Amino acid sequence: MAELKLFRTWSTPFALRVVWALNLKGIQYDTIFEDLSNKSSLLLQYNPIYKKVPVLVHNGKPLVESLLILEYIDETWKQTPLLPEDPSERATARFWAKFGDDKVLLSVWNVFIKQGKDQEEAIVTAQENLGFVERQLTGKKFFNGETIGFVDLAFGWLANLLSVWEEICGVTLIDHEKFPMLSEWIQNFAGAPIIKESWPPRDKLITKYQALREVYTSKEAPK
Amino acid sequence: MADEVVLLDFWLSMFGMRVRIALAEKGIKYEYQEQDIFNKSPLLLEMNPIHKKIPVLIHNGKPVCESLIIVQYIDEVWNDKSPLLPSDPYQRAHARFWADFVDKKVYEVSRKLWTTKGEELEVGKKEFFEIYKILEGELGGKPYFGGETFGFVDLSLITFYSWFHVYEVFGNINIEAECPKIIAWAKRCLQKETVANSLADQKKVYEAVGQLRKIRGLE
Repeated sequence: MAELKLFRTWSTPFALRVVWALNLKGIQYDTIFEDLSNKSSLLLQYNPIYKKVPVLVHNGKPLVESLLILEYIDETWKQTPLLPEDPSERATARFWAKFGDDKVLLSVWNVFIKQGKDQEEAIVTAQENLGFVERQLTGKKFFNGETIGFVDLAFGWLANLLSVWEEICGVTLIDHEKFPMLSEWIQNFAGAPIIKESWPPRDKLITKYQALREVYTSKEAPK
Repeated sequence: MADEVVLLDFWLSMFGMRVRIALAEKGIKYEYQEQDIFNKSPLLLEMNPIHKKIPVLIHNGKPVCESLIIVQYIDEVWNDKSPLLPSDPYQRAHARFWADFVDKKVYEVSRKLWTTKGEELEVGKKEFFEIYKILEGELGGKPYFGGETFGFVDLSLITFYSWFHVYEVFGNINIEAECPKIIAWAKRCLQKETVANSLADQKKVYEAVGQLRKIRGLE
């Protein structure tokens, strides 16, 4: 029987992607929770370059970087495919997942860690990026079509973490009027059983990110 | 029906060069359309509205963007010859990891060598060699990052070689002295016609970047 271990923390959205992928495909695995302030020697051995989670270890061989792990899972276990078959659609899926991580996440994070005028500017950028993402849902229930796929998992953090950050900041980035399709996608994605059962506890997330925002905003003079 | 393949590119771009190598490896006939990145064409803006950047591959009218995504697309569509990625899923993941490392790390540290001065440049030089020493470690004793044959990781990194003269002159560094394995590997790659024909000439790149630096007020 294949030996599969997932190194993660309780909260990281990147590891959640791997959890969802494995659960969607019905794959058994063991979980090792890491304390990032005190990384295990195993983690450092498996991910010497970035020293981060998630790491998926399959028969002793480590895989790192969540989107790359997803591609590996999809190529190794063929049931419930995450990426489409058609190369053009696959390229499009990879493009949007990369846009999500490189631009959307970064711009939304900037809203979370800033305040005053800086935050206002960050909101404009974040909503511009979210606008591009919104249009990808035209005529579709999920980014992947009728079922959850690669891009949905990549944007999964929008369906739980975002509302935590919005609550803490008192800012609404994805409102129903401006982003009707994204709002509906969030309901559909968050409500799917495989996804729902894996959410980290919301109150713990609020506590964690509240503390983090205080660190970031205390460095600045209020504007 | 014949395939229609168009590449929107800029001759200096190490990202565009990756696509040129991939197309050459597969023997694909295509139309190269040089873009003026300081005065972007309506076609470029239409084909890449999100990033407005080259390279863009247009295959039978449909655009593909982001160089490593384009290269994987080429590998998947023209899968009858010269595979660029390994067939084993773990080895593929390994190759994707290192190409992604090149994207995340090499571009940023290299940029500092020709766009900064003083203290910032000194930091940039240190980071540059840290990254390349990691790459040397990964290369190890292999002829290519891909093992016995030129592959995805080699393709993702070799294009930076066309900018090495830029880094050495403006950064005041000697890459061969610090990273001899990288230079030996680069020369090995350049023996491949597909690579040699796809890389911009180091001297021409240096002259062009010299002009760019003047415009930016760095000279």
